Amino acid sequence: MFVRSLNKLASPRYFYILAGRLVPWIGVVCVVLVLIGLYWGLVIAPADYQQGDSYRIIFIHVPSAWMSLFIYMVMAVCSAIGLIWHIKLAEVVAISSAPIGASFTFLALATGSLWGKPMWGTWWVWDARLTSELLLLFLYFGVIALYNAIEDKRVASRAAGILAIVGVVNIPIIHYSVQWWNTLHQGPTVTKFDTPSIDISMLIPLLIMAVAFKLYYVVLVLMRSRREMLLRERNTKWVQDLVEVQ
Amino acid sequence: MSLSEFFHMGGYAFYVWASYGLALVVLIANVLVSVWQHKKLIAYFQGKGRRARRTL
Amino acid sequence: MLLALRRRAEIVNPLLFFVLVTTLFPLGIGDNPSVLKIAGPGVIWVAALLSALLCLDGMFRSDFEDGSLEQLMLSPHPVSLLVIAKITGHWLVTGLPLLIVAPLLGILLSLPGKAIGVLLVTLLLGTPVLSLIGAVGVALTVGLRRGGIILSLLVLPLYVPVLIFASTAVDAAAAGIAVTAQLYMLGAILVLAFSLAPLATAASLRISLS
Repeated sequence: MFVRSLNKLASPRYFYILAGRLVPWIGVVCVVLVLIGLYWGLVIAPADYQQGDSYRIIFIHVPSAWMSLFIYMVMAVCSAIGLIWHIKLAEVVAISSAPIGASFTFLALATGSLWGKPMWGTWWVWDARLTSELLLLFLYFGVIALYNAIEDKRVASRAAGILAIVGVVNIPIIHYSVQWWNTLHQGPTVTKFDTPSIDISMLIPLLIMAVAFKLYYVVLVLMRSRREMLLRERNTKWVQDLVEVQ
Repeated sequence: MSLSEFFHMGGYAFYVWASYGLALVVLIANVLVSVWQHKKLIAYFQGKGRRARRTL
Repeated sequence: MLLALRRRAEIVNPLLFFVLVTTLFPLGIGDNPSVLKIAGPGVIWVAALLSALLCLDGMFRSDFEDGSLEQLMLSPHPVSLLVIAKITGHWLVTGLPLLIVAPLLGILLSLPGKAIGVLLVTLLLGTPVLSLIGAVGVALTVGLRRGGIILSLLVLPLYVPVLIFASTAVDAAAAGIAVTAQLYMLGAILVLAFSLAPLATAASLRISLS
């Protein structure tokens, strides 16, 4: 029964309708979480004894960085699914994720810069983590550019998919770079395997923002995937009926 | 903390508010652009449909 | 590859480009030996990267244009083998000449002897990787009209780790510290690229020709 509902989900028309219904609900939850996270992070959480109030950038910077990596993995996995099993939904989700991932990567880099200037005295440094995160941005751009350059969108999805998968090697480099090399960027504080070395009053808003960003991604990728699906399915009857009704 | 302290952010106001502001702009712009693209596509399909019916 | 040898310009051009770029740097930066010593390894490697990129187009494009690529893909031989042959051809024409010319360039840029030795090892390990990764990029863009520009965008981010490990290795050698870590990483990248790139290239060719 589970497999049957999975199959149903992969049907473009069913996906379009279901996603359309889910988006407002998830969107509302996302906004609520963002507001809670912002209030907690900006008002309730105390100032850091070393960094004062500038550390509050962490509530945007870290979730953005996490999203940049997470979305790339989703993109790579969906590309693989699309390449292996030729499931249109997987291809659509993969390419719809790319601009979102690029946006979060840009935010991670920019907020990191804005944090780095007052704290460590420099807008930019070519250490392992920053360099590989910048590479990630270029990889996203490459995927988007390749997809847009190919006319036939089925071929385009597959080509962009291969590129996304090839670029996956960058992800562990980004994640482990602060452990492998002595870098200016600080070491892992949350994703270590023992207890996180960040204070709980700061950890909670961080996690709230992380969840909020994930929900934002879900909402946005559903929205973009619906539009992309319409485009890919434009010659089918269900799309033509849908358009007439609007 | 008081409202003025809130805006001042311990002297780091520019950096903190630039970060949050940038995030707000980027994330909201993404949503608006996606909605606009969707609407544009549907309008385009409707235009095509109308032209096709007219030529019949 | 025989064809490449016949069109001698195809070998000479990347080599000439490599030498010219490397020569331009002292002229542009000023011939202060200590500056050249610091910048030298990076310059040589960036030049290697750019000349590898320059010749990538030749790997599949002429075959694509006259239709022989489709014929080759239809042959009973596995496409991966064909791809490895093409990549080897590319490397022999771009990477190998670089290896031969590199010591000369090292001297031009005032690199100490040990550093030149390490430079050669990094080029030996790294230039095949450039050909291998480049092949995937070319295969993805072979059908596009202005594929060359997108090719650079796709391939350069993937080249960067090789560049970083290679130039830090040569820098370390010039400073007298150990280089084993970087060389192992380059070796590892080479093994990874050699095992995966032909498959990815074959898959990309099939997609591009579909």
